[in-house]
Amino acid sequence: MVFLVIIPGIPAALGNFALPMMLGAKDVAYPKLNRFSYHLWLTGALFFVIALLTKGLDTGWTFYAPYSTSHSDSAVIWATMGAFILGFSSIFTGLNMLVTVHKMRPDGMTWFRMPLFIWAIYATAVIQILATPVIGIALLMLTIERALGVGIFDPALGGDPVLFEHIFWFYSHPAVYVMVLPAMGVVSELISNFSRKPIFGYRSIAFSSVAIAIFSFIVWGHHMFVSGQSDIVNVVFSALTFSVAVPSAIKVFNWVATLYKGSISLDTPMWYALAVIWLFGIGGLTGLWLGTLGTDIHLHDTYFVVAHFHFVMVGSAIFAFIGGIFYWWPKMFGVMYNECVAKLGCFLAFAGFNITFLPQFVAGSKGMPRRYFDYAPEFASYNYWSSIGAMVLGVGLSIALYSLVRSLMGERKVAPANPWGAVTLDWQCTSPPPPHNFDHAPPVEGPYDHELVRWKESLNGYEPVDPVDGDPNLARMGSAKTV
Amino acid sequence: MTTASADAHGHHGDHGHDHPEHLAHHFDTLEQQFDSCKLGMWAFLLTEVLFFSGLFVAYATLRANNPEIFSLAASFLDTKWGAINTVVLLISSFTAAMSVRNAQLGETSKLKANLIITLLCAGAFMGIKYVEYSHKWHAGLLPPGLENSMFNPENPWVPEAAHHDIDYLKLQAEVNVMTPEERVHTMTTLGRFFGVYFFLTGLHGVHVLIGIGVITWVLFRANRGEFGPDNFTAVDLTALYWHLVDLVWIFLFPLLYLIA
Repeated sequence: MVFLVIIPGIPAALGNFALPMMLGAKDVAYPKLNRFSYHLWLTGALFFVIALLTKGLDTGWTFYAPYSTSHSDSAVIWATMGAFILGFSSIFTGLNMLVTVHKMRPDGMTWFRMPLFIWAIYATAVIQILATPVIGIALLMLTIERALGVGIFDPALGGDPVLFEHIFWFYSHPAVYVMVLPAMGVVSELISNFSRKPIFGYRSIAFSSVAIAIFSFIVWGHHMFVSGQSDIVNVVFSALTFSVAVPSAIKVFNWVATLYKGSISLDTPMWYALAVIWLFGIGGLTGLWLGTLGTDIHLHDTYFVVAHFHFVMVGSAIFAFIGGIFYWWPKMFGVMYNECVAKLGCFLAFAGFNITFLPQFVAGSKGMPRRYFDYAPEFASYNYWSSIGAMVLGVGLSIALYSLVRSLMGERKVAPANPWGAVTLDWQCTSPPPPHNFDHAPPVEGPYDHELVRWKESLNGYEPVDPVDGDPNLARMGSAKTV
Repeated sequence: MTTASADAHGHHGDHGHDHPEHLAHHFDTLEQQFDSCKLGMWAFLLTEVLFFSGLFVAYATLRANNPEIFSLAASFLDTKWGAINTVVLLISSFTAAMSVRNAQLGETSKLKANLIITLLCAGAFMGIKYVEYSHKWHAGLLPPGLENSMFNPENPWVPEAAHHDIDYLKLQAEVNVMTPEERVHTMTTLGRFFGVYFFLTGLHGVHVLIGIGVITWVLFRANRGEFGPDNFTAVDLTALYWHLVDLVWIFLFPLLYLIA
C-alpha cells in the first residue's frame, strides 16, 4: 500500500492528469520520462508480486536490519529491489512536476496564481527529489548486505543496524509527507470550490506546504526513540516534531475558515474533503502524543501507532485521493456518476473506517502490540469491532468503485466542461480535455474567484460570466485580485 | 508525447509545422525546452549525489569509530593506480566539456574526436579498476560475508597465493603483535572497510559503465550529424552527468586511498 498506492496515488495519477491543465500548460515537461516512470512502477509492482508468490515478506515495510539482512527466510531481496525501482519511478515523477511548475507556466500564471494543489504537488516533488534517492541507497545497501555480507548493517559482521534505521527514516519520514501533502492540496481545492468561496489564507496554505516539506527532513529521529539513540537527540527530535504540527494546523484552520459562511454544496467530492478534515484531525492530533517522549515510550510498537498512521495515511491520503478521483472524474472521462450511489459509498467508507481504527487507539493504549499474529483475550472486543468496521469499509469502497465503473457503462450522463463551478484552468477546457489540453491558451486569473463563473441550466454546468465591453479578458483581469 | 503529438497537428492551427525542427510540441520555444532539460538534469544530478550520500554516511560512521584501523586498511590500496585513475578521469572530464563546445559550434569532427577520447579514458579507468579488483580478489581482501574473504568472521580464508603476497604478510606482521580481542576487532573492521570500498567503487563503476553507454549513444548521434548550434542539449546533459561521475571519484580517491 505504501510504495505502490499511496506514494504514487495523488502525485502520479492525479498530478499527471490535472497539474498541466491547472497550470495552463500543454503537457508536463517530460512526457516520455513520465511514461518511463509508469513502466518503472509496473516493474516494481511485478517484483512485489513475485515476492508475494515466492516466499512472501515477513519484515514489514521497514525492512529493519539485522532481521532482514541475516535472519528472515522470506523474499526480502525481491521486495527491496521492487521498492528500489518504485523509488526511481517516484523520483522521475517528482522531477517532472518540479520542472513543469518551474518552466511550463504560461504568461500570467505567476507563483501566487497557482492553485494550491499545484503548490502541494510542488512541495511534494521537492521531497521526492531530496529524500527518495536516500531510500534507494538504503535498500541497495540492504540488498548487497544480505547477498554479499559487506558488514555495514549486520552486527554479526561488525555492522551497525541502527545506521539502517537512520538512513531508512531519513527517507521514510519525509515520505509520509509525499503521501499526505498532495492530499492536502486536493482538499484545499475541494473545500474552496464546494464552498464557492475564495480559499481562506491562500498564501499561508501555500507556504505551509513548503514549510512541511522542509520540516519533514529534520524529524526522522522520532521513529527511533527506543532505538538507543542518546537522550539529547531524543529531546531535540521530539521538539522538532512538534514544529510540523504548526503548518499542518495552519491548513486545517484555513479549511475550516473557508467553510465559514460559505455557500456549501455537498456533492460527493466535498463529503470526502470533510471526511479528511475529521480523519486528519484525529490522525494529526494523536501524532502529537507519539511525538512526546514519555507517551511514545508507552505507545511505541502498539496498535495506537497503527491507528495513528492509518488515520493519516488512509484516512487523509486515500480519502483525499478518492475525493480527487470523484472531483476530476467528469474531466477525465466526460461522464457524471450517480451522486446518490457515490455518496452512499462515501458514508459507508467513512463510518467503516472510524469503526475499524478508533478501537485500535484504545487497544494500543492498553498495550496490544503491533506485528503479532495473535492477541491476548482482553483485546478481543476491540478486534471484533475492528473486523466489523473493516467489512463496512470494504463495502463502502466497493460501492464507490461501482458508482465510478457504472458511469462508464450503458447510458452515459455526459459531463459539462465545468460541473462544479471551479475557476481553475482545468475546468476551462472541454470534458474530457483535447490533446494538449487547450484549444486556445486560456486567460489566467486568480484560481478561486468564483464570481467569474455562473450556473447555466442548459449546460447543466457552469460557464464564464458574460464579457464586459466585448472583451472577456479585460473583465476577467479586472477581478483577478483575490490572491 | 509520441502519439499525442501526431494527433495534435490537426488541433493546433496556429502551431502547424512551422516550428523549429528540434522543438517538441508541448514547448513554446527552443529556449524553454533547453532550460527545462537543463533544470531537470541538475535535479537528477542532485538525486545522484544524495544516492551516494547514504554510503558516505556509512563510511563516515565506520571510520569515526575506528580511524586507525581505517588508515591501516587504506594502506592495502594502491595509491599509484588510484592517482592514475584520477588523472584519467580528469582528462575525460575536460574532453567531455570540450565536446559541448564543439557541439555548440557545430564542429562535428572535433566533437567526435573528443567523445572518443572520453570513451577511451572511461575504458582505461575500468581497466585499471579491473586490475585493482582482481588483485584484491586473489588476496582475499574482500567483504567479510564472502567465502573467500580473509575477514570472514567464522571461517577466514587464506589464499594459497597470499603466503607470498606482500600485503598479506604485512597484515600478518601487524595483527600478530595484538591481543586476541584486538585482532578480532581489527579483522572485522578491516572487512567492513573493504565492504564499503567495494560498494562505493562498485557503484561508481556502474555509473562509469552507464556513462560509457550514454556517450556511445551521443557519439552515434554525432556521427549522423545531429548536433549543431540549435541542438546540443544531449551533449550538454551527457557531459554534466560525466562531470558528476568524475566528481564522485574526486571524493572517493582521497577518502579511500589517501587516509593511510
